[in-house]
Amino acid sequence: MRDAFIAELSSLLRSDNHVMILTGDLGYGVFETIEKEFPAQYLNVGVAEQNMIGIASGLALEGFKVFVYSIGNFPTLRCLEQIRNDACYHNLNINIVASGGGFSYGALGMSHHATEDLAVMRAIPNTTVIAPSSPWEAKYATHALLNRKGVGYLRLDKSAYPFKPHNDTHFEIPHATQVQDGKDVTIITTGGILTEAIRAASMLNEAHIQARILSMHTIKPIDGLALRSAIQETGGIVVVEEHSRIGGLGSAISEYCMQHALSPGFFKHIALNDTFSSVVGTQEFLRKHYHIDANSIYNHVVDNVRPDL
Amino acid sequence: MNTRELAQKIRLDAINMVNTGKSSHIGSVLSVADILAVLYGSVMTHDPELPTKADRDRFILSKGHAGAGVYAALAETGYISKKILAQHCQNNSPLSGHVSHLGIPGVELSTGSLGHGLPVGAGMAYAARIQFAKHRIFVLLSDGECDEGSNWEAILFSSHHKLDNLTVIIDYNKLQSMKSTQQTLGLEPFSDKWVSFGWSVLEVDGHNHSLLEKALHSDATIPGKPTCIIAHTTKGKGVSYMENSVAWHYKTPLDEDYKMALAELKP
Repeated sequence: MRDAFIAELSSLLRSDNHVMILTGDLGYGVFETIEKEFPAQYLNVGVAEQNMIGIASGLALEGFKVFVYSIGNFPTLRCLEQIRNDACYHNLNINIVASGGGFSYGALGMSHHATEDLAVMRAIPNTTVIAPSSPWEAKYATHALLNRKGVGYLRLDKSAYPFKPHNDTHFEIPHATQVQDGKDVTIITTGGILTEAIRAASMLNEAHIQARILSMHTIKPIDGLALRSAIQETGGIVVVEEHSRIGGLGSAISEYCMQHALSPGFFKHIALNDTFSSVVGTQEFLRKHYHIDANSIYNHVVDNVRPDL
Repeated sequence: MNTRELAQKIRLDAINMVNTGKSSHIGSVLSVADILAVLYGSVMTHDPELPTKADRDRFILSKGHAGAGVYAALAETGYISKKILAQHCQNNSPLSGHVSHLGIPGVELSTGSLGHGLPVGAGMAYAARIQFAKHRIFVLLSDGECDEGSNWEAILFSSHHKLDNLTVIIDYNKLQSMKSTQQTLGLEPFSDKWVSFGWSVLEVDGHNHSLLEKALHSDATIPGKPTCIIAHTTKGKGVSYMENSVAWHYKTPLDEDYKMALAELKP
């Protein structure tokens, strides 16, 4: 997913010399080619995220289109007030890219688990919040954010689904990607955890439950049309995210449903409880540990769709 | 209007604004009135008719709580109507207590939370550098504001990138929100800190216009180094009972206090 971002970023840097990329001294083995090819458009500001957003804001006020890059919570929580007051209040063209959403850096410990970022970034005005599930979404999200007004947040995940678009598939903010169709339930995910939903759907298929799967890459704004169709056509919805259950995709969907008087047949929210993830392990291990993996999805769906099983 | 007259007008406007708006921070405004007057009245290249002209010098008030002083300077130099100064801090006013860019030509950056102005100013200076533009960027900081770590990130950045188009002015009145800077979080040896971070440092009486003008002039900058002007000031300068008093960081001059301030400031 990160490679797809870097490839698209390189193409954007090449096509417009007012595009800049700032990094908070992260991206070893990632930015060397860009630094070499676009020395005037690349800037490593050092381990100083507050200053990074300030510098980005100064550049954007002068007409540059700025991407800033770091990992985990560093480009969001560490410099949140700079994002709010300098970047968002001035409605600047700045896109914040965080590599390592959710448990991508699971073995590195709690400091590196990005599990409240979507909620925090969603709450600030003038933001667009995107968590791609595939290299395809990451590429097109990067492209779409470049010329979108305001501040973008792009959360890149270590896990990714190798999505192959059909001829008629196109990427548009906030249009959710329908990964597969089904009539019995809709599983809605954001980010790389789509891979767990795909595994769950395959198990469900054996139990004769056909799940529609939506990758809701954009959680702000939310794709209300896809949500409405899912509820009308499949009844129940299961929302899965590698994020706190407070403020992320599940919250955005709940808010939309209540505000638009939409009543899903049932609503299940598979997410992290309001507690720190102090356990250490791979992304796959932590998903199992915190019950946000394919088996959990499968069990929740079966309990609600085929309780007789 | 010379810069002394402009400074006096800024002080009078500000007293009236905080009186009608029942707002605070008058001591901080009076502390920087001379610096603002010299910048807007003499040093900066700017055009109130063309507030976003590409080659204008940029000014950021990082100590956003002295916003009344900037609004007054913008009104006195023709960016905004003097009439709207009376709306300061009123319901639905474009003039908030901390300086805001929305609807106010000439304000480059909205501030209020401390430690934001210098990183953004450094970004503007970097932008000017890579575009081979000749304009300068001025950022006015308070002394207490230098407690904020974000400034020191930008201080490192600016000297590393040799941003000699960037000038910081410190309003060093030595009083912060509750006590003196030395009692709160000592800054001394202040000048040495900036020097050791690679900046060119000048110390000046922040109420002496000719010295301020000289220090702020481009001739005083050193190629390859950002400039820090430590302006020694008096909080509440110009109103005797406000001078060197922490209380006037918060209090509103009303009734007798207001009359006395006007009497002292009227030409």
